[in-house]
Amino acid sequence: MSTTQVVEGIDGTLTARQGGSPLNLVYEWLTTVDHKKIGLMYIGYALIFLLIAGVEAMLMRIQLAIPNNRFVSPQVFNQLFTMHGTTMVFFVGMPILFGFGNYLVPLMIGARDMAFPRLNAFSFWVSAFAGVLLYFSYVGASGLYAAGSAPDVGWFAYAPLTAKIFSPGHSTDYWTLAVFLSGIGSIGTALNIVTTIVCMRCRGMKMSRMPLLVWLYLVMSSLVFVTVSPLTAAQIMLTLDRYLGSHFFDTQAGGSAVLWMHFFWIFGHPEVYVLVLPAFAFVNEIVPVFSRKAIFGYPAMVAASVGIGFISLSVWAHHMFTVGLGAAANTFFVFATMVISVPTGIKIFNWLATIWGGKVIFATPMMFCVGFLFQFLIAGLTGIMLAAAPFDWQLGNSYFVVAHFHYVLVGAILFALFAAFYYWYPKITGRMMSETLGKWHFWLFIIGFHLTFDFMHVPGLLGMPRRIYTYEANRGWGGWNLIVSIGAVVQAIGLLIFVYNLVQSYFRGKEAGHDPWDAWTLEWSTPSPPPDYNFAVLPTVNSRRPLWDLKHPEDPDSDYEG
Amino acid sequence: MLVLSVTLAIFLIVAGLLLYALIRYRHRPEDAHREPAQVYGSNQIELSWTVIPILIVVMLFLTTARVIIGTQAIPKPNNAMNVTVIGHQFWWEYRYPKLGIVTANELHIPVGNPANSAPTYLNMSSADVAHSFWVPRLAGKTDVIPNRVNTMWIDPEQPGLYLGQCAQYCGTQHAKMLIRVYAQSPADFAAWVSLQKQPGQQSFAGNPAAAEGHAVFMRNACINCHTISGTVATGRFGPDLTHLASRDTIGSGAIQNTPENLRKWVDDPNSLKPGCLMPAMHLNDRDLDAITAYLTQLR
Amino acid sequence: MRDTNSISIDMPIDPADLPWTLPYRGTVGMACLIVAESAIFIIFVVAYIFYIGKSLSGPTPAQVLELPIFGTVCLLSSSITVHFAVAALRKGKLSACTAWLAGTVLLGSIFLASTAREWYHLIHDEGLTIQTNLFGTTYYSLVGLHATHVVVGLIMLSLVLGFSFFGLVREEHSEKLEVLSLYWHFVDAVWVVVFMVVYVLGR
Repeated sequence: MSTTQVVEGIDGTLTARQGGSPLNLVYEWLTTVDHKKIGLMYIGYALIFLLIAGVEAMLMRIQLAIPNNRFVSPQVFNQLFTMHGTTMVFFVGMPILFGFGNYLVPLMIGARDMAFPRLNAFSFWVSAFAGVLLYFSYVGASGLYAAGSAPDVGWFAYAPLTAKIFSPGHSTDYWTLAVFLSGIGSIGTALNIVTTIVCMRCRGMKMSRMPLLVWLYLVMSSLVFVTVSPLTAAQIMLTLDRYLGSHFFDTQAGGSAVLWMHFFWIFGHPEVYVLVLPAFAFVNEIVPVFSRKAIFGYPAMVAASVGIGFISLSVWAHHMFTVGLGAAANTFFVFATMVISVPTGIKIFNWLATIWGGKVIFATPMMFCVGFLFQFLIAGLTGIMLAAAPFDWQLGNSYFVVAHFHYVLVGAILFALFAAFYYWYPKITGRMMSETLGKWHFWLFIIGFHLTFDFMHVPGLLGMPRRIYTYEANRGWGGWNLIVSIGAVVQAIGLLIFVYNLVQSYFRGKEAGHDPWDAWTLEWSTPSPPPDYNFAVLPTVNSRRPLWDLKHPEDPDSDYEG
Repeated sequence: MLVLSVTLAIFLIVAGLLLYALIRYRHRPEDAHREPAQVYGSNQIELSWTVIPILIVVMLFLTTARVIIGTQAIPKPNNAMNVTVIGHQFWWEYRYPKLGIVTANELHIPVGNPANSAPTYLNMSSADVAHSFWVPRLAGKTDVIPNRVNTMWIDPEQPGLYLGQCAQYCGTQHAKMLIRVYAQSPADFAAWVSLQKQPGQQSFAGNPAAAEGHAVFMRNACINCHTISGTVATGRFGPDLTHLASRDTIGSGAIQNTPENLRKWVDDPNSLKPGCLMPAMHLNDRDLDAITAYLTQLR
Repeated sequence: MRDTNSISIDMPIDPADLPWTLPYRGTVGMACLIVAESAIFIIFVVAYIFYIGKSLSGPTPAQVLELPIFGTVCLLSSSITVHFAVAALRKGKLSACTAWLAGTVLLGSIFLASTAREWYHLIHDEGLTIQTNLFGTTYYSLVGLHATHVVVGLIMLSLVLGFSFFGLVREEHSEKLEVLSLYWHFVDAVWVVVFMVVYVLGR
């Protein structure tokens, strides 16, 4: 089955091209270096892993719904939470955010592709392989002691549990190698994004005129260099311990378990900012368009984003308040963690001020952004509670923490991602997603989200630690866990509606045209979907909202920007 | 409480303003062709919502710092009772150095009162991987890490049983590494101490099954992992069993301590606590009965 | 459309007329890589410093380490030679470039050889391996990580040397050669840090 495509060349001439068989199509995607295709592959790949990790979560929630349950064995449960966490961070979060970045950044800065297209492809394929490698552990890792199968050391793999003696077989090595390779891919893509932003902006687009999404991807990618590398180093050390008999984390030889914790959290904390900054990026673009107003306080938003990036490197030991680091160290990390709430709060206030005085349109992207705003606010506030070390001594490593970080990861980041999907889907595919299905998705998901994650705080407050495969009936945790599990089912339904919407809109969605949302950044000036070369003529810009200037020549932004 | 009220206040104010803005400034059909006034920023407003949060943060920080220093940096009281806590996969070892007691899985401590505090000072380390000691109603958690000694103190005023569990993932049976703290009146505690100081039962007059069980125990691999004071069993890998029958549970709180459960446990521990590190002993029925009879009278 | 032939001094200049040059992407890309690699090295250095004096047994740095002066001089000199290689290429002096590149590869190889000799001595004569104690662990991993980067750099330089020898490298490639030389300078800078921490501070 072959297709014929009509392709518009860069000089406007039309050519008919034999689309080729499905095999040709596969070959085209396998060998592409086009940032748009690579971006879409990242996103598609991440969605598949989202569904897999979601199933892992559902299995855990069924096991925990009632006390002393026997749905899965402790060994399987421990693998489930390890795989769920590892997959969500490295094979859903990172790829999906890099996917959107790959797609949008060149378009928004008026470039034709990323700075290093082949590195782009390489980074994707390395990351993709890493995910497959991790899941191969389910079948391949049994090893000599039959002590393998999927890794079961938790997504932060504390030492010395990961030492050869406590984790025989190869399951831990699958974790180490898969995450290591994913890190290589992440560093490669981050390098590409930074270089593209610094070196390939179109004429007139000074740094102070870049869309905030581009700024946030610049900060996020820069953060990746100093964030992912410590984990890479620590994993090299762990592998040397496991295979060459070194003693980095070997407590029997005088090594330190706490050293792994430091190295891991020097990665792990900034990593969550790596994940959340692109969420801010999406909200920064979507809220103004659906409030019909420019973003309030662009310079402060840039400063706050950069500030968050820097401060995030100094807060890591708030994951270690219970390790016994001493009052001085604990006090310092309390301070740094609380300080980061200042630039974060500024961002929330600026979004509020953007909406204030505007004309708010409640299309599906905006509804998810509103969900984001409320939920990110709450997540930040529970974060401040946890930042108070004495609070953390009780609540750390309990379900309160699990509730807090899922509030950020699902309530903020995933909601912002949904918003981004509904907003940019028309640009990517040329079709609108169904608003009706979108609203079903939104309401089901937000109800399920709050059922699960609001009530999840309670068992934490009542003393339930995390990573336990079951619990006694006499602790009073059973009822709350049941509600949490029910909420998970509701979210799953909402998610399935979303996936259905993605697929059916591709074939039956309304035609979108260049600019269905009446927006103001450069990507909306191209056809939908954009041609391979993005722009026939590379644009020149005079302000932060080039399309606003074109649509409002009597009142351009360039008159107001300093 | 302060932290909660501050964060709650912030939530109500910001969420309230957000809700108000979304309703008041929603798009109405008659607005369709006009854009609202484009406001790009305001230095005064932005300055105020930078300075006010900084002040709130400073205030929260100072109050928190005071609590941290008040808990972690104070000198150790003289009348504290020292207990050494050693975390294992998947059980807790408790040693009372001054009292000469070694026990497992049940931590007995005296209660104090405002006039006479009786703090218990815990010196904690791990024999294998990282654990965490958490009894929510007594104190925050403190991690129990190999090659490192962490300390904390507890000082309950109400007698009773306080439940907790390991709070740092440590392997397959992390979920069943439970903690039972028995806070007792000074008299009850003294009685418990004097009982625990006795060596293991040596004479089994009138209890031939127990005598036989004693012999079975001493000639099997049990002695490699367990200690029963006054006998040749001096293993340190598993819990001290000298006063096993005085404890309410076995398997670190996982199972009630009854003869049936004890028999099942010795036969195949993994049937009751899958993934625990004690292997099945593969004893025949007669030996199992004997050992159970022996263990049940190790009071 | 603005008539560019009659710009008066009162009218603002159209941004389309101003020069718009952004940095060379190779340099920026290499700078990013250097930042990431620095972060990895810093973690290994931190581990080294953290474990100074903490070995439970086995040889100590003071007992077995000698200052690798010769190797260090060679490696640092190779930064100078590669700098001259880039300068020569910028001026179009292709054979000079080849010569300087050859010198760089030679000096780098001598450094590697001296490290190899040092390791042979430590393993066979002093009995120090990565398994021996914390010093062995942190020493071999840090110096080994650096040596790996030297190997990669030498491979790249040798490739360019080969191309240059056959006359395939031209003046317009000088920016690319400069990017490679940046990597090589980074490798040398790391060695300075490793030298200070391992052979000076740690002994």
